[in-house]
Amino acid sequence: MPVVMDADRIGRTLARIAHEIVERNKGVDDLALVGVRSRGVPLARRLARSIKDITGDDVPTGALDITLYRDDLMRHAVGPQPVVRRTEIPFSIDGRKILLVDDVLYTGRTTRAALDALIDFGRPKAIQLIVLVDRGHRELPIKADYVGKNLPTALDESVQVRLQEIDDRDEVVLEQGGAA
Amino acid sequence: MKKLLRGGRVVDPANGLDGAFDILIDGGLIARVGRDLPVDGATVVDVPAGLVLCPGLIDMHVHLREPGQEHKETVATGTASAVAGGFTAVACMPNTSPVNDSATVTSLILAKAAAANLARVYPIGAVSKGSKGELLADIGELKAAGCVAITDDGHPTATALLLRRALEYAGMFGMPVVEHCEDPTLKGDGVAHEGFHASRLGLRGIPGACESLGVERGVLLAELTGSAFHVAHMSARGSMRAVRKAKEAGVRVTCEVAPHHFTLTDEALGSPVPYDTNTKMNPPLREAADRDAMLQGIADGTVDVIATDHAPHHYDEKKVEFDRAPFGIVGLETAVPLSFDRLVHSGVIPLRRMIELLSVNPARVLHIPGGTLSEGAPADITVLAPDLPVRIEAAKLRSRSKNTPFDGWQLRGGVAATIVGGRTVFVNEEIFAGAGL
Amino acid sequence: MNVQELDTRPAVTSLRRKDLLGIADLSPEEIALVLDTAVAMKEVGSRPIKKVPALRGKTVVNLFFEPSTRTRTSFEIAEKRLSADTLSVAIGTSSVVKGETLADTALNLEAMSPDMIVLRHFSSGACHLLSRICRSSIVNAGDGTNEHPTQALLDALTIRERKGRLRGLKVGIIGDLLHSRVLRSNIHLLTKMGAEVWVCGPPTLIPAEIARFGVRVTSDVHEAVADADVVMLLRIQLERMEGAYFPSLREYFQVFGMTEARLRLAKPDVMIMHPGPMNRGVEIASEVADGPYSVILDQVANGVAVRMAVLYLLAGGAEHEEAA
Repeated sequence: MPVVMDADRIGRTLARIAHEIVERNKGVDDLALVGVRSRGVPLARRLARSIKDITGDDVPTGALDITLYRDDLMRHAVGPQPVVRRTEIPFSIDGRKILLVDDVLYTGRTTRAALDALIDFGRPKAIQLIVLVDRGHRELPIKADYVGKNLPTALDESVQVRLQEIDDRDEVVLEQGGAA
Repeated sequence: MKKLLRGGRVVDPANGLDGAFDILIDGGLIARVGRDLPVDGATVVDVPAGLVLCPGLIDMHVHLREPGQEHKETVATGTASAVAGGFTAVACMPNTSPVNDSATVTSLILAKAAAANLARVYPIGAVSKGSKGELLADIGELKAAGCVAITDDGHPTATALLLRRALEYAGMFGMPVVEHCEDPTLKGDGVAHEGFHASRLGLRGIPGACESLGVERGVLLAELTGSAFHVAHMSARGSMRAVRKAKEAGVRVTCEVAPHHFTLTDEALGSPVPYDTNTKMNPPLREAADRDAMLQGIADGTVDVIATDHAPHHYDEKKVEFDRAPFGIVGLETAVPLSFDRLVHSGVIPLRRMIELLSVNPARVLHIPGGTLSEGAPADITVLAPDLPVRIEAAKLRSRSKNTPFDGWQLRGGVAATIVGGRTVFVNEEIFAGAGL
Repeated sequence: MNVQELDTRPAVTSLRRKDLLGIADLSPEEIALVLDTAVAMKEVGSRPIKKVPALRGKTVVNLFFEPSTRTRTSFEIAEKRLSADTLSVAIGTSSVVKGETLADTALNLEAMSPDMIVLRHFSSGACHLLSRICRSSIVNAGDGTNEHPTQALLDALTIRERKGRLRGLKVGIIGDLLHSRVLRSNIHLLTKMGAEVWVCGPPTLIPAEIARFGVRVTSDVHEAVADADVVMLLRIQLERMEGAYFPSLREYFQVFGMTEARLRLAKPDVMIMHPGPMNRGVEIASEVADGPYSVILDQVANGVAVRMAVLYLLAGGAEHEEAA
């Protein structure tokens, strides 16, 4: 199973993205980070820390569970139901630029669900999408604004992102078989 | 018309017979029972190996529902069910609409039975007019019209005083009082046996003591009056205890147990089908200790009769919530397989005793002909197949109603043929083509 | 309380069943799944837009044969928050008098292809009957004296929020045990989750063989309350006196009523729960009813969350067997 990004590489990539965020938005005044559960959440937290290191400012950070907005709910006759977890967005998103953070961008359906969920919370000024890996094969017209790594993949491969906070190590791995 | 049933195993407890014998039937009566009987112009039927010939079975507790509830059953469909179950005679209960408290209703039932011409029907008349529990019914008229006993079955006789009077009066005619033993205040609006399973399912309970209290009342009054008292559909161990003690004291008490009460327990309420209304009857299915007491009483002779309490109900009536469903299940076509499988093959009793419970004793309790293969007796014969594998299929029952909890059960032991007055009224084609029977 | 951040997989991730007929059928893992899902659902109720599209396009019928504003509105709100189309049918006594059976009423509804039917009925086992004849998923909102599973689930959620757990807690349940479906559901749930349950009432109101359910039984209210973490009081229906279950409400209060003095025997942070409405001076003394221990408002919010969780978990991912 080839390791596509090791811990070191991930760290540098996130640092680079943090700089890009600050540059493109000309500061962090009305920004907020929202991580898509599960692995988008620690990524969002790390980005918030990096941004604080760069600018000294705190960026509000939240966690979004998109299970109830998935377009594939109720369509599977058998198999485990995705588990619903809490959403925690302890700030108003009205008028803010929301930076949506996820680990892998693939078909785009997760992002579509996240957009629907966010809109139910209020009216952000703008939403930008940050992903660690873009593996192609989009099924919806969705584009990431910040990409850690572009990784062309075959449909029968899967991208596994492992993070210290959840998996006890940082790495991105390309596996044969399965969908991610 | 002469028929010779040759070479079958004949079990006739009343005459102490159990072995290979020939039976010669002539003019609807048993002409001779013996070995190597001469053919002498009779139609010969060679009885296949493994079958048993016994005096025709008699079910002394059957609800034929006619007049008034023909959507559930009629005398015709009920007697067809009876003969398919191996019964040559049934005694039918008076809780019809109108109640059988008069010669008119009794005659109607007998006319229908004659028209159907299958099993013999012995009506049991009501204790009180309309079974209302106030005035005695015209018991003499009922006897003259053909009733063989009286009961207010469906509920207990309304008061101890009325029961006493009924025992005294019916005793004059040599008729027993058959009693549905119960204390109405303890029954209340209960629907299931008061115990763990009813508690678990949230069903209102009826304690065993409710029935036993009625039994104790009855045996004391039987003792007081010296008359014959018969406990219908007994189910509780307290009742068995009371009957045993009363018999030891010489009281003229007899009792019957239905196959469901020696087979099932209140566990059936929840499993396999929770709230299955085919497990709802009165008295209810009780806990294991009660079921075991019934088996014990059957084994030790305390129990006189097995009677089904055949209670047909239309499918729509039973397809409702448990509380709302009427009490009762059909039983005519499941009695023999259950008795074979759960009593004889399980080693609880020998075959001879099963025939006593299903034929000899019911005839004795009701003082009706039958229960023997004596020469000169009516040729009512049941041909049993003790090792026949039987699968109970509710949809195929001949009764108009199919309310049984035994659907799908695999049992060992069934009926090969049923002969009433020398005439074959039922043959199980799978066993033998019944050639000439 | 304990919000799970990490991606730990719970023991089960779906209710693999067509209906929720009772707690008796659920495993402890399934109960935990419902409670965990309810925590997430509760958050939806705190948003400005209290709606998620999870049950969009699904039709849910609330079929109530017994009047109940509280439970019915709770289900309705839960259904609407999940974006389901809801229809509430309150069967007045006149329909019953007309003789239409439950089975017929339900089959008429089936013609509209509801995905789920929430049923409250006065006969134990009514939901089991519907489950056999309807293709729709059946949710038991209270059947006779059998079960009221969503009530027990919301009680459990409320307890878990305050106490952090269910295992090892002592719960005393006092009142008319015989006629209470809430009792049965609570006994099943609390014993499955490892709580120590004591039930208490006059012997005339104790169901047969209740000890076989894994609870301690007593007619001494002090025993039931001693060191209790939670005290649940069941309603005494005023009509029960007529069944000779106990002589008078006054006497019931003397012997079983929850007073300050009796409550002092419990743990200092004891919770009092009551399915409501309370009969002051019967089950509970006024000063206790107005005291700080009571958690009734929490129970209402948790009711909606738990019902959302149940509807969501039943509606998707379960193997729907053909109705018999």
